[in-house]
Amino acid sequence: MTAVLAVAEHRRGELRDVSYELIGAGRGLADDLGGELHLAVIGGQIEEFTRSLSREGVDAIHTVDEGEEFNHDVYTQVTEQLAEELDPDVVLLPNSINGLDYAPAVATRLGRPLVTDVIDADFEDGTLVATREMYGSKVETTIEVDSSRVAVTIRGGEWPGANGNGDTTVEEFDATIDESAVRSTVRGYEEVAGGDVDISDAEVLVSVGRGIEEEENIELIEELADALDATLSASRPIVDNGWLPANRQVGQSGKTVAPDVYIAIGISGAVQHVAGMKGAETIVAINNDPNAPIYDIADYGIVDDLFDVVPALIAEFE
Amino acid sequence: MKVLVTVAEVGTVEDDFEIDGTAIDERYLEYDLNEWDDYAVEEAVQLSEEGTVDEVVAVTIGPERSEETIRMALAKGADRAIRVWDDSVEGLLDVAAKTEILEAVVDEEEPDLLLTGVQTADAMFGATGVSLAAAIDYPWAAVVNDLEYDGESASVHRELEGGVEELTDVETPAVLTIQTGINQPRYASLRGIRQAQQKEITAKTLADLGIEGLESELRLTEMYEPEVESDATVFEGRAEDTAVQLASVLREKGVGAQ
Ligand SMILES: Cc1cc2nc3c(=O)[nH]c(=O)nc-3n(C[C@H](O)[C@H](O)[C@H](O)COP(=O)(O)OP(=O)(O)OC[C@H]3O[C@@H](n4cnc5c(N)ncnc54)[C@H](O)[C@@H]3O)c2cc1C
Repeated sequence: MTAVLAVAEHRRGELRDVSYELIGAGRGLADDLGGELHLAVIGGQIEEFTRSLSREGVDAIHTVDEGEEFNHDVYTQVTEQLAEELDPDVVLLPNSINGLDYAPAVATRLGRPLVTDVIDADFEDGTLVATREMYGSKVETTIEVDSSRVAVTIRGGEWPGANGNGDTTVEEFDATIDESAVRSTVRGYEEVAGGDVDISDAEVLVSVGRGIEEEENIELIEELADALDATLSASRPIVDNGWLPANRQVGQSGKTVAPDVYIAIGISGAVQHVAGMKGAETIVAINNDPNAPIYDIADYGIVDDLFDVVPALIAEFE
Repeated sequence: MKVLVTVAEVGTVEDDFEIDGTAIDERYLEYDLNEWDDYAVEEAVQLSEEGTVDEVVAVTIGPERSEETIRMALAKGADRAIRVWDDSVEGLLDVAAKTEILEAVVDEEEPDLLLTGVQTADAMFGATGVSLAAAIDYPWAAVVNDLEYDGESASVHRELEGGVEELTDVETPAVLTIQTGINQPRYASLRGIRQAQQKEITAKTLADLGIEGLESELRLTEMYEPEVESDATVFEGRAEDTAVQLASVLREKGVGAQ
Protein backbone atom coordinates (compact mmCIF):
# COMPACT_ATOMS: atom_id res chain seq x y z
CA MET A 1 0.00 0.00 0.00
CA THR A 2 1.45 3.34 -1.04
CA ALA A 3 0.82 5.85 1.69
CA VAL A 4 2.95 8.69 0.36
CA LEU A 5 4.30 9.64 -3.04
CA ALA A 6 6.93 12.38 -2.89
CA VAL A 7 8.60 14.00 -5.89
CA ALA A 8 12.26 14.97 -5.62
CA GLU A 9 13.47 18.39 -6.74
CA HIS A 10 16.66 19.13 -8.60
CA ARG A 11 18.07 22.06 -10.49
CA ARG A 12 21.02 22.43 -12.81
CA GLY A 13 22.40 19.00 -12.07
CA GLU A 14 21.93 18.99 -8.32
CA LEU A 15 19.33 17.59 -6.00
CA ARG A 16 17.97 20.30 -3.74
CA ASP A 17 17.98 19.83 0.04
CA VAL A 18 14.21 19.69 0.21
CA SER A 19 14.35 16.34 -1.60
CA TYR A 20 15.87 14.72 1.48
CA GLU A 21 13.46 16.59 3.74
CA LEU A 22 10.57 15.18 1.71
CA ILE A 23 11.84 11.74 2.67
CA GLY A 24 11.87 12.73 6.36
CA ALA A 25 8.36 14.17 6.23
CA GLY A 26 7.04 11.44 3.95
CA ARG A 27 8.38 8.63 6.12
CA GLY A 28 6.64 10.12 9.15
CA LEU A 29 3.29 10.28 7.37
CA ALA A 30 3.72 6.81 5.87
CA ASP A 31 4.44 5.42 9.35
CA ASP A 32 1.27 7.04 10.71
CA LEU A 33 -0.65 5.21 8.00
CA GLY A 34 1.35 2.00 8.18
CA GLY A 35 2.18 2.21 4.49
CA GLU A 36 5.00 2.70 2.04
CA LEU A 37 6.90 5.78 0.99
CA HIS A 38 7.51 6.06 -2.73
CA LEU A 39 9.63 8.69 -4.42
CA ALA A 40 9.65 9.92 -7.98
CA VAL A 41 12.71 11.27 -9.76
CA ILE A 42 11.76 13.11 -12.92
CA GLY A 43 14.46 14.10 -15.41
CA GLY A 44 18.05 15.15 -14.85
CA GLN A 45 20.88 12.79 -13.88
CA ILE A 46 18.46 10.09 -12.90
CA GLU A 47 20.91 7.35 -11.95
CA GLU A 48 23.01 9.59 -9.78
CA PHE A 49 19.95 11.16 -8.14
CA THR A 50 18.42 7.76 -7.50
CA ARG A 51 21.59 6.56 -5.79
CA SER A 52 21.63 9.59 -3.50
CA LEU A 53 17.94 9.25 -2.67
CA SER A 54 18.05 5.55 -1.82
CA ARG A 55 17.93 6.33 1.86
CA GLU A 56 16.59 4.52 4.83
CA GLY A 57 12.80 4.65 4.87
CA VAL A 58 12.29 4.90 1.12
CA ASP A 59 10.46 1.81 -0.16
CA ALA A 60 10.57 2.50 -3.87
CA ILE A 61 11.84 5.05 -6.36
CA HIS A 62 10.12 5.58 -9.69
CA THR A 63 12.34 7.11 -12.31
CA VAL A 64 11.05 9.00 -15.30
CA ASP A 65 13.53 9.98 -17.97
CA GLU A 66 11.97 13.18 -19.26
CA GLY A 67 14.20 16.18 -19.89
CA GLU A 68 17.17 17.66 -18.09
CA GLU A 69 15.40 20.33 -16.10
CA PHE A 70 12.10 21.06 -14.45
CA ASN A 71 9.22 21.77 -16.78
CA HIS A 72 5.93 22.13 -14.95
CA ASP A 73 3.86 20.64 -17.77
CA VAL A 74 5.96 17.48 -17.72
CA TYR A 75 6.08 17.29 -13.93
CA THR A 76 2.32 17.78 -13.70
CA GLN A 77 1.56 15.00 -16.17
CA VAL A 78 4.03 12.55 -14.66
CA THR A 79 2.96 13.17 -11.08
CA GLU A 80 -0.69 12.89 -12.02
CA GLN A 81 -0.08 9.55 -13.79
CA LEU A 82 2.00 8.15 -10.96
CA ALA A 83 -0.61 9.19 -8.42
CA GLU A 84 -3.32 7.53 -10.47
CA GLU A 85 -1.35 4.32 -10.64
CA LEU A 86 -0.13 4.19 -7.03
CA ASP A 87 -3.14 5.87 -5.43
CA PRO A 88 -1.18 7.28 -2.49
CA ASP A 89 -3.01 8.87 0.42
CA VAL A 90 -0.64 11.82 0.24
CA VAL A 91 1.05 13.42 -2.75
CA LEU A 92 3.94 15.25 -1.10
CA LEU A 93 5.73 18.06 -2.91
CA PRO A 94 8.14 20.82 -1.93
CA ASN A 95 6.83 24.31 -1.24
CA SER A 96 9.66 25.66 -3.35
CA ILE A 97 9.21 28.06 -6.23
CA ASN A 98 8.98 25.11 -8.61
CA GLY A 99 6.68 23.31 -6.19
CA LEU A 100 4.36 26.32 -6.34
CA ASP A 101 4.56 26.04 -10.13
CA TYR A 102 3.01 22.58 -10.34
CA ALA A 103 1.64 21.29 -7.01
CA PRO A 104 -1.62 23.26 -7.32
CA ALA A 105 -2.12 21.91 -10.85
CA VAL A 106 -1.54 18.34 -9.70
CA ALA A 107 -4.01 18.73 -6.83
CA THR A 108 -6.64 20.26 -9.07
CA ARG A 109 -6.28 17.62 -11.79
CA LEU A 110 -6.50 14.84 -9.25
CA GLY A 111 -9.41 16.51 -7.47
CA ARG A 112 -7.52 16.50 -4.17
CA PRO A 113 -7.59 19.20 -1.52
CA LEU A 114 -4.25 20.99 -1.22
CA VAL A 115 -2.51 22.21 1.90
CA THR A 116 0.57 24.30 1.15
CA ASP A 117 3.60 25.53 3.07
CA VAL A 118 3.08 23.01 5.84
CA ILE A 119 5.50 23.12 8.78
CA ASP A 120 4.21 20.05 10.60
CA ALA A 121 1.85 17.23 9.65
CA ASP A 122 0.62 13.92 10.93
CA PHE A 123 -2.34 11.64 10.73
CA GLU A 124 -4.53 11.46 13.81
CA ASP A 125 -7.12 8.68 13.59
CA GLY A 126 -6.75 8.67 9.84
CA THR A 127 -7.27 12.43 9.49
CA LEU A 128 -4.46 14.59 8.21
CA VAL A 129 -3.71 17.38 10.65
CA ALA A 130 -1.38 20.00 9.22
CA THR A 131 0.21 23.02 10.85
CA ARG A 132 0.82 26.14 8.84
CA GLU A 133 1.32 29.84 9.40
CA MET A 134 -0.80 32.79 8.43
CA TYR A 135 -0.56 36.59 8.52
CA GLY A 136 3.17 36.75 7.85
CA SER A 137 3.94 34.13 10.52
CA LYS A 138 2.16 36.05 13.26
CA VAL A 139 -0.12 33.08 13.94
CA GLU A 140 0.01 29.35 13.53
CA THR A 141 -3.02 27.35 12.50
CA THR A 142 -4.05 23.74 12.50
CA ILE A 143 -5.93 22.45 9.50
CA GLU A 144 -7.79 19.16 9.35
CA VAL A 145 -8.46 17.62 5.99
CA ASP A 146 -11.76 15.84 5.42
CA SER A 147 -10.47 13.69 2.61
CA SER A 148 -8.47 10.50 2.55
CA ARG A 149 -6.63 11.66 -0.57
CA VAL A 150 -4.71 14.88 -0.20
CA ALA A 151 -1.86 16.90 -1.69
CA VAL A 152 0.59 18.65 0.60
CA THR A 153 3.57 20.94 0.05
CA ILE A 154 6.16 21.22 2.80
CA ARG A 155 8.23 24.22 3.76
CA GLY A 156 11.96 23.68 3.35
CA GLY A 157 14.07 23.44 6.47
CA GLU A 158 11.30 22.12 8.75
CA TRP A 159 12.11 18.40 8.58
CA PRO A 160 15.50 16.82 9.00
CA GLY A 161 16.98 15.46 5.80
CA ALA A 162 17.04 11.68 5.56
CA ASN A 163 20.30 9.79 5.71
CA GLY A 164 21.40 6.18 6.03
CA ASN A 165 21.52 3.91 3.02
CA GLY A 166 18.25 2.29 2.16
CA ASP A 167 17.21 -0.91 0.51
CA THR A 168 15.15 0.69 -2.18
CA THR A 169 13.47 -0.81 -5.22
CA VAL A 170 14.03 1.25 -8.33
CA GLU A 171 11.58 1.06 -11.20
CA GLU A 172 11.38 2.94 -14.44
CA PHE A 173 7.96 4.50 -14.82
CA ASP A 174 6.65 4.69 -18.31
CA ALA A 175 4.88 8.02 -18.36
CA THR A 176 2.99 9.08 -21.45
CA ILE A 177 3.69 12.72 -22.12
CA ASP A 178 1.07 14.49 -24.18
CA GLU A 179 3.37 16.89 -26.04
CA SER A 180 0.49 19.13 -27.08
CA ALA A 181 -0.10 19.82 -23.38
CA VAL A 182 3.50 20.98 -22.93
CA ARG A 183 2.84 24.66 -23.48
CA SER A 184 5.76 26.27 -21.75
CA THR A 185 9.39 26.15 -22.80
CA VAL A 186 12.27 26.85 -20.48
CA ARG A 187 14.89 28.76 -22.48
CA GLY A 188 17.51 29.01 -19.80
CA TYR A 189 18.62 30.60 -16.59
CA GLU A 190 20.07 33.90 -15.58
CA GLU A 191 21.99 34.84 -12.47
CA VAL A 192 20.87 38.11 -11.01
CA ALA A 193 22.29 40.13 -8.17
CA GLY A 194 25.84 40.57 -9.45
CA GLY A 195 27.47 43.94 -9.10
CA ASP A 196 29.68 46.03 -6.86
CA VAL A 197 29.52 44.29 -3.49
CA ASP A 198 29.10 40.72 -2.47
CA ILE A 199 27.14 40.78 0.78
CA SER A 200 27.83 37.09 1.30
CA ASP A 201 31.50 37.96 1.95
CA ALA A 202 30.78 40.52 4.65
CA GLU A 203 31.65 39.84 8.28
CA VAL A 204 29.22 42.40 9.61
CA LEU A 205 25.91 43.19 7.89
CA VAL A 206 23.57 46.00 8.76
CA SER A 207 20.30 45.05 7.15
CA VAL A 208 17.32 47.31 6.65
CA GLY A 209 13.65 46.43 6.15
CA ARG A 210 10.28 48.00 5.51
CA GLY A 211 10.31 49.60 8.96
CA ILE A 212 12.48 52.33 7.43
CA GLU A 213 9.36 53.68 5.70
CA GLU A 214 10.91 56.14 3.24
CA GLU A 215 13.74 56.01 0.76
CA GLU A 216 15.52 59.03 2.24
CA ASN A 217 15.68 57.29 5.63
CA ILE A 218 17.98 54.64 4.16
CA GLU A 219 20.71 57.22 4.65
CA LEU A 220 20.41 56.81 8.39
CA ILE A 221 21.13 53.08 8.07
CA GLU A 222 24.02 53.82 5.70
CA GLU A 223 25.47 56.07 8.37
CA LEU A 224 25.22 53.26 10.89
CA ALA A 225 26.85 50.82 8.50
CA ASP A 226 29.70 53.31 8.01
CA ALA A 227 30.10 53.86 11.72
CA LEU A 228 30.23 50.10 12.32
CA ASP A 229 32.45 49.47 9.31
CA ALA A 230 29.75 47.10 8.11
CA THR A 231 28.15 46.27 4.78
CA LEU A 232 24.60 47.34 4.02
CA SER A 233 21.99 44.73 3.05
CA ALA A 234 18.19 44.65 2.97
CA SER A 235 14.98 42.68 3.00
CA ARG A 236 13.01 42.31 -0.17
CA PRO A 237 10.59 45.28 -0.01
CA ILE A 238 13.56 47.67 0.01
CA VAL A 239 14.83 46.13 -3.22
CA ASP A 240 11.32 45.89 -4.72
CA ASN A 241 10.95 49.62 -4.13
CA GLY A 242 14.21 50.26 -5.95
CA TRP A 243 15.80 51.82 -2.84
CA LEU A 244 18.76 49.45 -2.96
CA PRO A 245 20.03 47.23 -5.80
CA ALA A 246 19.15 43.52 -6.03
CA ASN A 247 22.63 42.42 -4.97
CA ARG A 248 21.82 43.68 -1.45
CA GLN A 249 18.80 41.42 -0.93
CA VAL A 250 19.06 38.74 1.73
CA GLY A 251 16.73 35.77 1.59
CA GLN A 252 15.24 32.88 -0.31
CA SER A 253 15.24 34.72 -3.61
CA GLY A 254 18.23 36.90 -2.71
CA LYS A 255 21.57 36.00 -1.21
CA THR A 256 22.39 33.57 1.55
CA VAL A 257 24.68 35.21 4.06
CA ALA A 258 26.51 33.96 7.13
CA PRO A 259 28.29 36.94 8.70
CA ASP A 260 29.69 37.07 12.22
CA VAL A 261 27.10 39.70 13.09
CA TYR A 262 23.77 40.43 11.36
CA ILE A 263 21.86 43.49 12.53
CA ALA A 264 18.24 43.39 11.30
CA ILE A 265 16.61 46.81 11.51
CA GLY A 266 12.87 47.14 10.89
CA ILE A 267 12.75 43.61 9.49
CA SER A 268 9.93 41.31 10.65
CA GLY A 269 11.75 38.05 9.96
CA ALA A 270 9.47 36.50 7.34
CA VAL A 271 10.40 32.92 6.54
CA GLN A 272 11.77 33.85 3.12
CA HIS A 273 14.04 36.43 4.72
CA VAL A 274 15.21 34.16 7.52
CA ALA A 275 16.06 31.47 4.94
CA GLY A 276 18.93 33.69 3.84
CA MET A 277 20.44 34.78 7.15
CA LYS A 278 19.78 32.22 9.85
CA GLY A 279 23.38 31.03 9.50
CA ALA A 280 24.69 34.30 10.95
CA GLU A 281 26.71 33.72 14.10
CA THR A 282 25.15 36.55 16.09
CA ILE A 283 21.80 38.06 15.17
CA VAL A 284 20.69 41.43 16.49
CA ALA A 285 17.17 42.77 15.96
CA ILE A 286 15.93 46.31 16.28
CA ASN A 287 12.17 46.22 15.92
CA ASN A 288 9.35 47.89 17.82
CA ASP A 289 7.12 44.82 17.67
CA PRO A 290 8.09 42.41 20.47
CA ASN A 291 6.19 39.62 18.67
CA ALA A 292 8.00 39.99 15.36
CA PRO A 293 9.23 36.54 14.25
CA ILE A 294 12.79 37.90 13.99
CA TYR A 295 12.98 37.66 17.78
CA ASP A 296 12.65 33.87 17.52
CA ILE A 297 16.13 33.69 16.09
CA ALA A 298 17.73 36.85 17.48
CA ASP A 299 20.50 36.67 20.08
CA TYR A 300 20.15 40.32 21.08
CA GLY A 301 17.28 42.69 20.61
CA ILE A 302 16.05 46.20 21.24
CA VAL A 303 12.28 46.48 21.16
CA ASP A 304 11.97 50.12 20.29
CA ASP A 305 11.56 52.64 17.52
CA LEU A 306 14.48 52.34 15.12
CA PHE A 307 14.42 56.10 14.59
CA ASP A 308 15.38 56.52 18.25
CA VAL A 309 17.78 53.60 18.55
CA VAL A 310 19.79 53.94 15.35
CA PRO A 311 20.92 57.57 15.91
CA ALA A 312 21.88 56.68 19.48
CA LEU A 313 23.87 53.71 18.22
CA ILE A 314 25.61 55.84 15.60
CA ALA A 315 26.56 58.31 18.33
CA GLU A 316 28.10 55.44 20.31
CA PHE A 317 30.42 54.49 17.49
CA GLU A 318 31.41 57.89 16.22
CA MET B 1 -7.41 41.69 -25.68
CA LYS B 2 -8.75 41.38 -22.21
CA VAL B 3 -6.80 40.88 -18.98
CA LEU B 4 -8.48 39.53 -15.90
CA VAL B 5 -6.68 40.36 -12.64
CA THR B 6 -7.63 38.64 -9.43
CA VAL B 7 -7.44 40.93 -6.44
CA ALA B 8 -7.96 40.08 -2.82
CA GLU B 9 -8.62 42.18 0.18
CA VAL B 10 -6.42 40.87 2.95
CA GLY B 11 -6.49 41.38 6.67
CA THR B 12 -3.38 42.92 8.17
CA VAL B 13 -2.66 42.45 11.84
CA GLU B 14 -1.61 45.06 14.34
CA ASP B 15 1.39 44.40 16.58
CA ASP B 16 -0.80 43.47 19.52
CA PHE B 17 -3.81 41.34 18.83
CA GLU B 18 -6.11 38.71 20.27
CA ILE B 19 -7.40 35.55 18.76
CA ASP B 20 -11.08 34.80 18.93
CA GLY B 21 -11.62 31.09 18.31
CA THR B 22 -10.07 30.28 14.95
CA ALA B 23 -9.73 33.84 13.72
CA ILE B 24 -7.99 37.04 14.70
CA ASP B 25 -10.39 39.23 16.60
CA GLU B 26 -11.93 41.66 14.13
CA ARG B 27 -10.88 44.62 16.30
CA TYR B 28 -7.22 44.02 15.48
CA LEU B 29 -7.56 43.65 11.74
CA GLU B 30 -7.21 46.26 9.10
CA TYR B 31 -7.95 45.59 5.47
CA ASP B 32 -5.83 46.32 2.49
CA LEU B 33 -5.23 45.36 -1.11
CA ASN B 34 -3.04 42.26 -1.16
CA GLU B 35 0.56 43.35 -1.79
CA TRP B 36 1.15 40.84 -4.61
CA ASP B 37 -2.11 41.78 -6.34
CA ASP B 38 -1.06 45.42 -6.37
CA TYR B 39 1.83 44.42 -8.65
CA ALA B 40 -0.50 42.29 -10.79
CA VAL B 41 -2.88 45.23 -11.26
CA GLU B 42 0.02 47.51 -12.18
CA GLU B 43 1.30 45.01 -14.75
CA ALA B 44 -2.16 44.78 -16.34
CA VAL B 45 -2.62 48.54 -16.39
CA GLN B 46 0.78 49.00 -18.01
CA LEU B 47 -0.17 46.53 -20.76
CA SER B 48 -3.31 48.53 -21.31
CA GLU B 49 -1.41 51.82 -21.45
CA GLU B 50 1.02 50.30 -23.98
CA GLY B 51 -1.97 49.41 -26.12
CA THR B 52 -1.41 45.64 -25.98
CA VAL B 53 -4.61 45.20 -24.02
CA ASP B 54 -8.02 46.83 -24.43
CA GLU B 55 -9.64 46.04 -21.16
CA VAL B 56 -8.52 45.30 -17.60
CA VAL B 57 -11.10 43.59 -15.46
CA ALA B 58 -10.50 43.06 -11.74
CA VAL B 59 -12.24 40.18 -10.01
CA THR B 60 -12.46 39.59 -6.30
CA ILE B 61 -14.09 37.17 -3.92
CA GLY B 62 -15.16 39.23 -0.95
CA PRO B 63 -18.00 40.76 1.08
CA GLU B 64 -19.42 44.20 0.39
CA ARG B 65 -16.78 45.80 2.60
CA SER B 66 -14.11 44.74 0.10
CA GLU B 67 -15.50 47.12 -2.54
CA GLU B 68 -13.36 49.78 -0.91
CA THR B 69 -10.27 47.76 -1.76
CA ILE B 70 -11.47 46.92 -5.26
CA ARG B 71 -11.92 50.63 -5.90
CA MET B 72 -8.16 50.92 -5.40
CA ALA B 73 -7.65 48.67 -8.41
CA LEU B 74 -10.15 50.78 -10.37
CA ALA B 75 -8.46 54.00 -9.24
CA LYS B 76 -5.14 52.64 -10.49
CA GLY B 77 -6.58 52.00 -13.92
CA ALA B 78 -8.62 48.79 -14.07
CA ASP B 79 -11.67 49.38 -16.25
CA ARG B 80 -14.29 47.51 -14.28
CA ALA B 81 -14.63 45.01 -11.49
CA ILE B 82 -16.55 41.92 -10.51
CA ARG B 83 -17.14 40.99 -6.89
CA VAL B 84 -18.38 37.54 -6.00
CA TRP B 85 -19.87 36.83 -2.61
CA ASP B 86 -22.28 34.71 -0.74
CA ASP B 87 -22.49 34.20 3.00
CA SER B 88 -21.61 30.55 2.50
CA VAL B 89 -18.16 31.68 1.34
CA GLU B 90 -17.32 33.14 4.75
CA GLY B 91 -14.61 31.41 6.73
CA LEU B 92 -11.77 29.39 5.35
CA LEU B 93 -11.87 29.44 1.63
CA ASP B 94 -9.61 26.74 0.35
CA VAL B 95 -7.87 26.72 -3.00
CA ALA B 96 -10.42 24.40 -4.61
CA ALA B 97 -13.33 26.66 -3.64
CA LYS B 98 -11.62 29.79 -4.94
CA THR B 99 -10.72 27.95 -8.12
CA GLU B 100 -14.31 26.92 -8.69
CA ILE B 101 -15.58 30.48 -8.29
CA LEU B 102 -12.89 32.01 -10.49
CA GLU B 103 -13.37 29.33 -13.12
CA ALA B 104 -17.00 30.37 -13.47
CA VAL B 105 -15.93 34.01 -13.89
CA VAL B 106 -13.40 33.03 -16.55
CA ASP B 107 -16.12 31.14 -18.41
CA GLU B 108 -18.13 34.35 -18.61
CA GLU B 109 -15.28 36.73 -19.33
CA GLU B 110 -13.03 34.64 -21.58
CA PRO B 111 -9.90 36.69 -20.90
CA ASP B 112 -6.75 36.46 -23.05
CA LEU B 113 -4.48 36.79 -20.05
CA LEU B 114 -5.00 36.24 -16.34
CA LEU B 115 -2.79 37.79 -13.71
CA THR B 116 -2.91 36.81 -10.05
CA GLY B 117 -0.64 37.56 -7.12
CA VAL B 118 1.84 34.87 -6.06
CA GLN B 119 0.08 34.58 -2.71
CA THR B 120 -2.21 36.44 -0.34
CA ALA B 121 -0.53 38.03 2.65
CA ASP B 122 -3.04 36.60 5.15
CA ALA B 123 -3.72 32.96 4.17
CA MET B 124 -0.38 32.55 2.34
CA PHE B 125 -1.49 29.53 0.31
CA GLY B 126 0.24 30.62 -2.88
CA ALA B 127 -1.77 28.27 -5.03
CA THR B 128 -4.83 29.88 -6.57
CA GLY B 129 -3.32 31.02 -9.86
CA VAL B 130 -1.82 27.69 -10.87
CA SER B 131 -4.83 25.76 -9.60
CA LEU B 132 -7.10 27.96 -11.69
CA ALA B 133 -4.91 27.48 -14.76
CA ALA B 134 -5.25 23.71 -14.41
CA ALA B 135 -9.02 23.97 -13.96
CA ILE B 136 -9.57 26.12 -17.06
CA ASP B 137 -6.81 24.33 -18.98
CA TYR B 138 -4.73 27.44 -19.68
CA PRO B 139 -0.92 27.42 -19.81
CA TRP B 140 0.66 29.14 -16.82
CA ALA B 141 3.78 30.34 -15.04
CA ALA B 142 4.24 30.92 -11.32
CA VAL B 143 6.32 33.56 -9.53
CA VAL B 144 6.84 35.83 -12.52
CA ASN B 145 9.03 38.89 -12.02
CA ASP B 146 9.40 39.96 -15.64
CA LEU B 147 6.87 39.81 -18.45
CA GLU B 148 6.94 40.52 -22.15
CA TYR B 149 3.55 39.97 -23.75
CA ASP B 150 2.62 40.88 -27.29
CA GLY B 151 -0.88 39.46 -27.32
CA GLU B 152 0.22 36.11 -28.76
CA SER B 153 2.86 34.72 -26.49
CA ALA B 154 4.41 35.61 -23.18
CA SER B 155 8.08 35.55 -22.28
CA VAL B 156 8.55 35.54 -18.57
CA HIS B 157 11.25 35.39 -15.94
CA ARG B 158 10.40 33.13 -13.05
CA GLU B 159 12.23 34.04 -9.89
CA LEU B 160 13.76 30.90 -8.43
CA GLU B 161 15.64 30.60 -5.15
CA GLY B 162 19.12 32.02 -4.62
CA GLY B 163 19.14 34.84 -7.16
CA VAL B 164 18.51 32.63 -10.20
CA GLU B 165 15.82 33.38 -12.74
CA GLU B 166 14.29 30.92 -15.18
CA LEU B 167 13.54 32.29 -18.64
CA THR B 168 10.38 30.70 -20.00
CA ASP B 169 8.07 31.12 -22.97
CA VAL B 170 4.41 30.47 -22.29
CA GLU B 171 1.65 30.04 -24.85
CA THR B 172 -1.41 32.22 -24.32
CA PRO B 173 -4.13 32.61 -23.17
CA ALA B 174 -2.29 31.99 -19.94
CA VAL B 175 -2.37 32.49 -16.20
CA LEU B 176 0.65 34.20 -14.64
CA THR B 177 1.21 34.61 -10.91
CA ILE B 178 2.97 37.89 -10.27
CA GLN B 179 5.82 38.42 -7.83
CA THR B 180 6.54 41.71 -6.06
CA GLY B 181 9.24 43.84 -7.67
CA ILE B 182 8.11 43.15 -11.25
CA ASN B 183 7.21 46.86 -11.52
CA GLN B 184 6.62 49.89 -9.34
CA PRO B 185 2.94 49.99 -8.46
CA ARG B 186 1.56 53.49 -8.81
CA TYR B 187 -0.29 55.38 -6.14
CA ALA B 188 -3.89 56.04 -6.98
CA SER B 189 -4.12 59.65 -8.10
CA LEU B 190 -6.92 61.89 -6.89
CA ARG B 191 -8.24 61.92 -10.43
CA GLY B 192 -8.07 58.14 -10.52
CA ILE B 193 -9.92 57.88 -7.24
CA ARG B 194 -12.63 60.23 -8.54
CA GLN B 195 -12.94 58.27 -11.77
CA ALA B 196 -13.11 55.00 -9.86
CA GLN B 197 -16.38 56.17 -8.29
CA GLN B 198 -17.94 56.09 -11.76
CA LYS B 199 -16.65 52.65 -12.67
CA GLU B 200 -18.76 49.58 -12.43
CA ILE B 201 -18.45 46.90 -9.77
CA THR B 202 -20.74 44.02 -10.64
CA ALA B 203 -21.78 42.04 -7.60
CA LYS B 204 -22.47 38.38 -8.22
CA THR B 205 -23.65 35.56 -6.02
CA LEU B 206 -22.60 31.96 -6.39
CA ALA B 207 -26.05 31.24 -7.82
CA ASP B 208 -25.48 33.92 -10.49
CA LEU B 209 -22.42 31.93 -11.52
CA GLY B 210 -24.28 28.64 -11.47
CA ILE B 211 -22.40 27.32 -8.45
CA GLU B 212 -24.38 25.30 -5.96
CA GLY B 213 -23.18 25.10 -2.39
CA LEU B 214 -19.44 25.22 -2.05
CA GLU B 215 -17.93 22.88 0.43
CA SER B 216 -14.42 22.95 1.76
CA GLU B 217 -12.53 19.82 2.62
CA LEU B 218 -10.18 21.85 4.80
CA ARG B 219 -11.19 22.80 8.30
CA LEU B 220 -9.33 25.41 10.29
CA THR B 221 -9.46 23.91 13.76
CA GLU B 222 -7.01 26.01 15.73
CA MET B 223 -5.29 29.36 15.63
CA TYR B 224 -2.72 30.40 18.17
CA GLU B 225 0.31 32.59 18.61
CA PRO B 226 3.40 30.50 18.01
CA GLU B 227 5.48 29.78 21.03
CA VAL B 228 8.48 32.03 21.00
CA GLU B 229 11.53 29.87 21.37
CA SER B 230 13.63 32.94 21.73
CA ASP B 231 16.50 33.10 24.12
CA ALA B 232 17.36 36.58 22.95
CA THR B 233 18.81 39.07 25.38
CA VAL B 234 16.50 42.04 25.04
CA PHE B 235 17.81 45.39 26.25
CA GLU B 236 15.23 47.57 27.89
CA GLY B 237 14.96 51.22 28.67
CA ARG B 238 15.47 54.51 26.87
CA ALA B 239 17.11 54.35 23.46
CA GLU B 240 20.24 56.10 24.75
CA ASP B 241 20.73 53.34 27.32
CA THR B 242 19.85 50.35 25.16
CA ALA B 243 22.18 51.66 22.47
CA VAL B 244 25.04 51.75 24.98
CA GLN B 245 24.34 48.15 26.00
CA LEU B 246 24.10 46.93 22.44
CA ALA B 247 27.23 48.88 21.48
CA SER B 248 29.18 47.13 24.19
CA VAL B 249 28.06 43.70 22.92
CA LEU B 250 28.94 44.67 19.37
CA ARG B 251 32.39 45.89 20.41
CA GLU B 252 33.00 42.62 22.19
CA LYS B 253 32.29 40.88 18.89
CA GLY B 254 34.87 43.09 17.23
CA VAL B 255 32.37 45.29 15.38
CA GLY B 256 33.62 48.76 14.49
CA ALA B 257 37.09 47.87 15.76
CA GLN B 258 38.99 49.57 12.94
C1 LIG C 1 8.31 33.53 -3.22
C2 LIG C 1 8.77 34.61 -2.28
C3 LIG C 1 10.12 34.91 -2.17
C4 LIG C 1 10.56 35.90 -1.27
N1 LIG C 1 11.91 36.16 -1.15
C5 LIG C 1 12.32 37.04 -0.20
C6 LIG C 1 13.72 37.30 0.02
O1 LIG C 1 14.59 36.75 -0.63
N2 LIG C 1 14.07 38.19 0.99
C7 LIG C 1 13.14 38.85 1.77
O2 LIG C 1 13.53 39.65 2.65
N3 LIG C 1 11.83 38.64 1.56
C8 LIG C 1 11.40 37.76 0.60
N4 LIG C 1 10.06 37.59 0.39
C9 LIG C 1 9.11 38.50 1.06
C10 LIG C 1 8.81 38.13 2.49
O3 LIG C 1 7.71 37.25 2.51
C11 LIG C 1 8.42 39.39 3.29
O4 LIG C 1 7.37 40.05 2.66
C12 LIG C 1 9.57 40.38 3.50
O5 LIG C 1 10.73 39.70 3.93
C13 LIG C 1 9.18 41.40 4.52
O6 LIG C 1 10.19 42.35 4.62
P1 LIG C 1 10.35 43.26 5.92
O7 LIG C 1 10.62 42.41 7.10
O8 LIG C 1 11.33 44.31 5.60
O9 LIG C 1 8.92 43.98 6.02
P2 LIG C 1 7.72 43.73 7.04
O10 LIG C 1 7.36 42.30 7.12
O11 LIG C 1 6.68 44.72 6.66
O12 LIG C 1 8.35 44.12 8.45
C14 LIG C 1 8.66 45.43 8.83
C15 LIG C 1 9.04 45.35 10.31
O13 LIG C 1 9.48 46.63 10.73
C16 LIG C 1 8.98 46.88 12.01
N5 LIG C 1 8.92 48.34 12.16
C17 LIG C 1 8.07 49.21 11.54
N6 LIG C 1 8.34 50.47 11.91
C18 LIG C 1 9.37 50.40 12.80
C19 LIG C 1 10.08 51.36 13.56
N7 LIG C 1 9.81 52.68 13.46
N8 LIG C 1 11.06 50.94 14.40
C20 LIG C 1 11.36 49.62 14.51
N9 LIG C 1 10.72 48.66 13.81
C21 LIG C 1 9.74 49.05 12.97
C22 LIG C 1 7.63 46.22 12.05
O14 LIG C 1 7.27 45.91 13.39
C23 LIG C 1 7.87 44.97 11.21
O15 LIG C 1 8.24 43.88 12.02
C24 LIG C 1 9.61 36.61 -0.49
C25 LIG C 1 8.24 36.30 -0.62
C26 LIG C 1 7.82 35.31 -1.50
C27 LIG C 1 6.37 35.00 -1.59
